[in-house]
Amino acid sequence: MANGALGAPRVSPPQPVEKSEVAVMPKRGVKPLIKTGFSHIADRIFYFAMLACGVCVLALVGLIVYQLITRSSLSWHAFGWSFFFRSEWDPVNEQFGAFPFVYGTVVSSILALILAVPLAIGVAVFITEMCPVWLKGPLAFTTELLAAIPSVIYGLWAIFVLGPLLRQYLEPWLMRYLGWTGLFDGPPYGIGMLAAGIILAIMVVPIISSITREVMTAVPQQQREAVLALGATRWEMIRTGVLRNARAGILGGVILGLGRALGETMAVTMVIGNRPEISKSLLAPGYTMASVIANEFSEATTDRYLSALVEVGLALFIVTIIVNILAQILVWTVTRGTPARANG
Amino acid sequence: MGVGIKVEKLNAWFGKTQALHEITMEAPANHATAVIGPSGCGKSTFVRCLNRMHETIPDAKAEGRVMIGDLDVYNGTSPVQIRRRIGMVFQKPNPFPTMSIYDNVAAGLKLNGFHDRRKLNEIVEHSLKVAALWDEVKDTLHKKSGASLSGGQQQRLCIARALAVQPEVLLMDEPCSALDPISTGKIEELIFQLKEDFTIVIVTHNMQQASRVAEFTGFFLLGRLIEFDKTEKIFTTPSDKRTEDYVTGRFG
Amino acid sequence: MAETLIPREFSSAPIGIGRRITNYFATFAALAAIVLVLLPLGAIFAYLIYRGIGSINWAFLTQTPKPVGEAGGGMANAIAGSVLILGIASALGVPIGIGAGIYLAEYGRNRFGDLIRFTADVLNGVPSIVIGIVAYGLVVLTQGHFSALAGGVALAIMMIPTITRATEEMLLLVPNTLREASYGLGVPRWRTTLSISLRTATSGVITGVMLAFARVAGETAPLLFTAFGNQYWNWKISQPTAALSLQVFTYAISPFDEWHRQAWAGALILIFLIVLAVTAVRVATKYGTLSGA
Repeated sequence: MANGALGAPRVSPPQPVEKSEVAVMPKRGVKPLIKTGFSHIADRIFYFAMLACGVCVLALVGLIVYQLITRSSLSWHAFGWSFFFRSEWDPVNEQFGAFPFVYGTVVSSILALILAVPLAIGVAVFITEMCPVWLKGPLAFTTELLAAIPSVIYGLWAIFVLGPLLRQYLEPWLMRYLGWTGLFDGPPYGIGMLAAGIILAIMVVPIISSITREVMTAVPQQQREAVLALGATRWEMIRTGVLRNARAGILGGVILGLGRALGETMAVTMVIGNRPEISKSLLAPGYTMASVIANEFSEATTDRYLSALVEVGLALFIVTIIVNILAQILVWTVTRGTPARANG
Repeated sequence: MGVGIKVEKLNAWFGKTQALHEITMEAPANHATAVIGPSGCGKSTFVRCLNRMHETIPDAKAEGRVMIGDLDVYNGTSPVQIRRRIGMVFQKPNPFPTMSIYDNVAAGLKLNGFHDRRKLNEIVEHSLKVAALWDEVKDTLHKKSGASLSGGQQQRLCIARALAVQPEVLLMDEPCSALDPISTGKIEELIFQLKEDFTIVIVTHNMQQASRVAEFTGFFLLGRLIEFDKTEKIFTTPSDKRTEDYVTGRFG
Repeated sequence: MAETLIPREFSSAPIGIGRRITNYFATFAALAAIVLVLLPLGAIFAYLIYRGIGSINWAFLTQTPKPVGEAGGGMANAIAGSVLILGIASALGVPIGIGAGIYLAEYGRNRFGDLIRFTADVLNGVPSIVIGIVAYGLVVLTQGHFSALAGGVALAIMMIPTITRATEEMLLLVPNTLREASYGLGVPRWRTTLSISLRTATSGVITGVMLAFARVAGETAPLLFTAFGNQYWNWKISQPTAALSLQVFTYAISPFDEWHRQAWAGALILIFLIVLAVTAVRVATKYGTLSGA
């Protein structure tokens, strides 16, 4: 506005407000709404703090790999690949061959799966498709309770209850009627490969069953109805309309169970007998990769001994990682809604 | 080849809520009967009671007399057997994604114990021809999965699958509502031809479709059958005021 | 479409007896599976109570182990040791886990975030004995002796993936409109995340923490050569420490009946605490995850 014609303004122009003060009058007790540049710095700090936590996760896996590789290098350089194919485990003469442990791990896990998979799928089928609605929740909760029991308690029960049961009843029976297979030779100790396989099976059922339930529930209701409308019995509907559609996910669950069985330590250590021997008989004692580490690590006297044990740990680590990744992919294909395609 | 459907005093419940009240009607053999009505009037529930699919829902119940030809649906025969004689096509096409096209069509037969390979091939080809899908899939019968087809093709596949077991009645629950107009046209043409050998009951919310495809129409409202007559009559000179209001678009 | 392709007798015949039998058998088999799975569960709890309840008394809960061969004594130091080790594990694992979860939910919707998510899943699947080896290398070797800290570090590593995933999931459930409302009021991002998003997701996050806690509370393998165990009281984090699970293991594999008896008692206490935690988690998920946030 031109102030020439009207002369000099009578009122002095308003004083500029100090830049750093708040622009809005704060009410008592409420923080000012407009902030200064300080919050920008706080945001950056917060971001980096959270980022650091995320990076921690990466760093941890990196650390695991680093530790395992460096601390096993002694043994690796001494034995190379043959480490996993030799059977001599002799700490006194510093000769280490891990084949008995590999054998024990594989056999106990496969035995566990053979027992666990039909049971787990049966449980999942019952809870998802056959069970009255009011029973579903309690049953699901109870089977998940099995997963919460610590390994050492399974082991305790296996030593004092399962072992004697096997020794007195099951193993003599197996020797009598199935001895011709050659799988049930030798004195029935109670503890041994069979006990380890059974206790592992019990421990692995909840995982397989819970994933199976998840993928079965993900199958759309229309698929079930389509099969029923063709004149199928209930079991045929479950088989063709649900299990068939969910099979990739079920396989994923089984493989996840395998991963768990491979790495399971305490319960197996307590009942497998801890003898580094390879035997065809399931009644014989054995040794697994996880068990040998658990039993001998704190008593490893020489560097090479320790290194050999770490190498066993490294192998276990790699195998379980591969198995777990495979399982995740399989489960992901079903629950993400990509239906399994027909082959060829 | 079709048989007539007689429904007498059919009632159905979802738990405590009654969804159908004393439905009585007759769908003549070798004709198409449309079931129309606003959302929630019970038309889907009605059709699902005809092949005892309604009772697969927990807490659901149905009572009454349903005769498919001389077969008493609710008395004496197991639901599994009923569903074998009555085919159903659903609103959203639901082919089996883990099976090839061939296996999809043959699924009903294999389930029922029919395993003669040569005969199966014949029936699959015949059903796909009837469903007007044969030419499009004959080269990839075993190679492509049921789910790899387009929406309209999938629905025709479902029709072929239902027809393969030679039902006497075909129930269709809004078969075209998930499809585009061209596929819808193809399926309506199909229904026209199927009438010669089957009795069809088709649920539809599309009144023009009912008038195109069906000779008879039943109008449902709030779980009751308000009027049942020749389609022409329902749409031009309905007897009940509520029917008139619905077909002229005053509600629903 | 002219002639009937399927013989008429076929379509009107009743369902084959074979199919009916298979149907009944399937139901029977599924039921049998349930029974076979619940049997060991029941047996384990039954034995724990049967063999353990008699040995839980005041002495058991307040005394340290007696020398081999002498009757009596208890697991007080083991219980205390577990508390110490789990405390260290939580102090390390909970903040990092929640922090990583916050990162993934708020800043990590990208490839780098995917990498972290994948790595967390990988970490989750690593056998606990291997984690023990790593903690041994990280802490025991650097310090020169076994310690509660080493045990705590091992357990913390195991807790992190569970907590991270739970936190991320819960934060993602918080509707964006809440965050936008907060920004609209001029609240800075860090404040919004903590006071609005995290506060809303609190019960879900706590559930995740308790789940992780229940999982590691019973772990023994990673403690075998980190915390190592101790016959006496120990409150120093840099000394070997007893733990309940370790003690149960040591006693169970020993040849002494007296120790076996105490192993059952210790196991009963352990399972009781874990069941408590698991049930609390269930109750919280059912009644409180996002309600009344």
